[in-house]
Amino acid sequence: MSIVCFLIKSTSVLKWLSIVAAIVQLLFAVFIIVFMVSQDGTTVSYVIGGWSAPLGISLSLNAFSSIMLVMLTTVSLAITWYSATYFKDEKEAKQFWPLSWLLNTALCGIFLSGDLFNLYVMLELMGLAGVSLIAISKSQNAIKAAYQYLVIGLFGSLLFLFGVALIYRSYGVLDMTILTDVVEGTLISQLALGFITVGLLLKTALYPLHFWLPDAHSSAPAPVSALLSALVLKGTFYILFSLWFSILTPATTFVGASIIGALGAMAIIWGSIKAFTTDRLKLLVAYSTIAQIGYLFLLFPLMYKYPTTTFGAAAYFIVAHACAKAAMFMAAGNIQKMSGHDEINRMSGIVAKLPISIFIFAIAGVSLMGLPPSGGFIAKWLIFNSALQSNQWWWIIFIVGGGLLSSSYLFRVLNLAFTAPKLDNETEVDPTAATGLSSAMILAVITIIIGLNAMWILNIIDLGLASATFKGGE
Amino acid sequence: MQAELYTICAVILFALGLIAFLVRDGVFHKVLALNVMGIGIFMLFLSTSAFYPMAIDSVTHALVLTGIIVAVAGTALALNLAAQIKLEPLSKEQKSCDKSH
Repeated sequence: MSIVCFLIKSTSVLKWLSIVAAIVQLLFAVFIIVFMVSQDGTTVSYVIGGWSAPLGISLSLNAFSSIMLVMLTTVSLAITWYSATYFKDEKEAKQFWPLSWLLNTALCGIFLSGDLFNLYVMLELMGLAGVSLIAISKSQNAIKAAYQYLVIGLFGSLLFLFGVALIYRSYGVLDMTILTDVVEGTLISQLALGFITVGLLLKTALYPLHFWLPDAHSSAPAPVSALLSALVLKGTFYILFSLWFSILTPATTFVGASIIGALGAMAIIWGSIKAFTTDRLKLLVAYSTIAQIGYLFLLFPLMYKYPTTTFGAAAYFIVAHACAKAAMFMAAGNIQKMSGHDEINRMSGIVAKLPISIFIFAIAGVSLMGLPPSGGFIAKWLIFNSALQSNQWWWIIFIVGGGLLSSSYLFRVLNLAFTAPKLDNETEVDPTAATGLSSAMILAVITIIIGLNAMWILNIIDLGLASATFKGGE
Repeated sequence: MQAELYTICAVILFALGLIAFLVRDGVFHKVLALNVMGIGIFMLFLSTSAFYPMAIDSVTHALVLTGIIVAVAGTALALNLAAQIKLEPLSKEQKSCDKSH
């Protein structure tokens, strides 16, 4: 798909082709999940080119990755639709489409890959595509952020690759299914897991390794920020999560999981405080991403002790956050484009001019705060539940506190948006810069729908759990 | 014996790159350090093949080749971006400031 985009010169053709392709991809992902359910959630693998596992490369699919695929295709369809109207500049649009499809391909590769080295290649591909996407706007800020993101990303994936090399050195296999059977809790595999973990934490921007994220995510064009924040971080988290809890499980320790959990808790607090004090809307959303990523890592110690419900919580949280965050970035992008700035202090009274953007922002915010009936509420409820069941009540403090903090920074924006503007700082709105928000609206509605129909996702996860054997947890 | 020697050298090379990456500040130092780290990792892959010197391990072949290609692409992009930062430090920033006001 990406190659096709490179070849086509006309942007309008590109635009429609991309939308059609995204729809086809979504249908395909839905087909995959139906297939998954019909297989009762067992892991399906596909051998590429007829070479079997130790020599060839295989793709594998389980319940978790099929949910991730549906999420990926839904969100990317929405972002595709949005970017079709966002990029007014011919040149930027021409650069955007091939790169965004490259990113999409890499993410699919990550969710489907059955081989550790292949994961590395996909990780790099994703990183390179992401960096080029940030640099599209050509402003000096964006280029600096892209450079920093690239160097950090390369460093992170090299640490990951070093861990993979250690594993290959000691076990001689890279295929995940084979590896699951042979891996042992030796020092060398713990070391390998340590390197992989640090590398991926760096790429997923867990506190204190998050320093590159705010610049990178806030200086990119809005559809790109949405892609990076909603999907790319989930890709690296997915790798880390599945390595910890289904492949390299013998090498994991409760202490390690608790350290990650504690970092996650700190990320929630720190990210929220930064989001509260920042004065730019896109930076606020970016800091909120750091805080939300913290929740995901909070799941590590819970998952270690009590995998059954926590697994569902993780999948649920990822989906809810991806939809909400993508919708939020799109709304913020629209506000920025139409008013020409994204300074929060100058946003008073903006609701009268951009009612739909603020509405979407508010709905996505409700999900991030974890208020019912949104998807975020169910996700937090599940985390809450598994924290209680695994007797680790202290994490609940951070879950509740984080919810309160996120409501405080989101209400700060909404509050300003609804107050009457003072004359001196009234914002001019440029209606010609309007972008199609219908897809962001659909995503916002989806966050509510999955909140009301939590069983859809949880049932599939349960199917997967029934067939998978969890080695972790005493 | 040979395999162990290769492994130790590979780890040392990786460690050198790692330390350089963390300590040095310059753009080119960082990119070079990343490349040294990468080469250390490739050596580690290659050392696996040294276990059986007579057999040709096609997997490591493929891995290292792929790895080199990815490393080259990454380095090229990093240098390209770095060059864009150096060349026009102020003019573009001013332009983007002018646009937003």
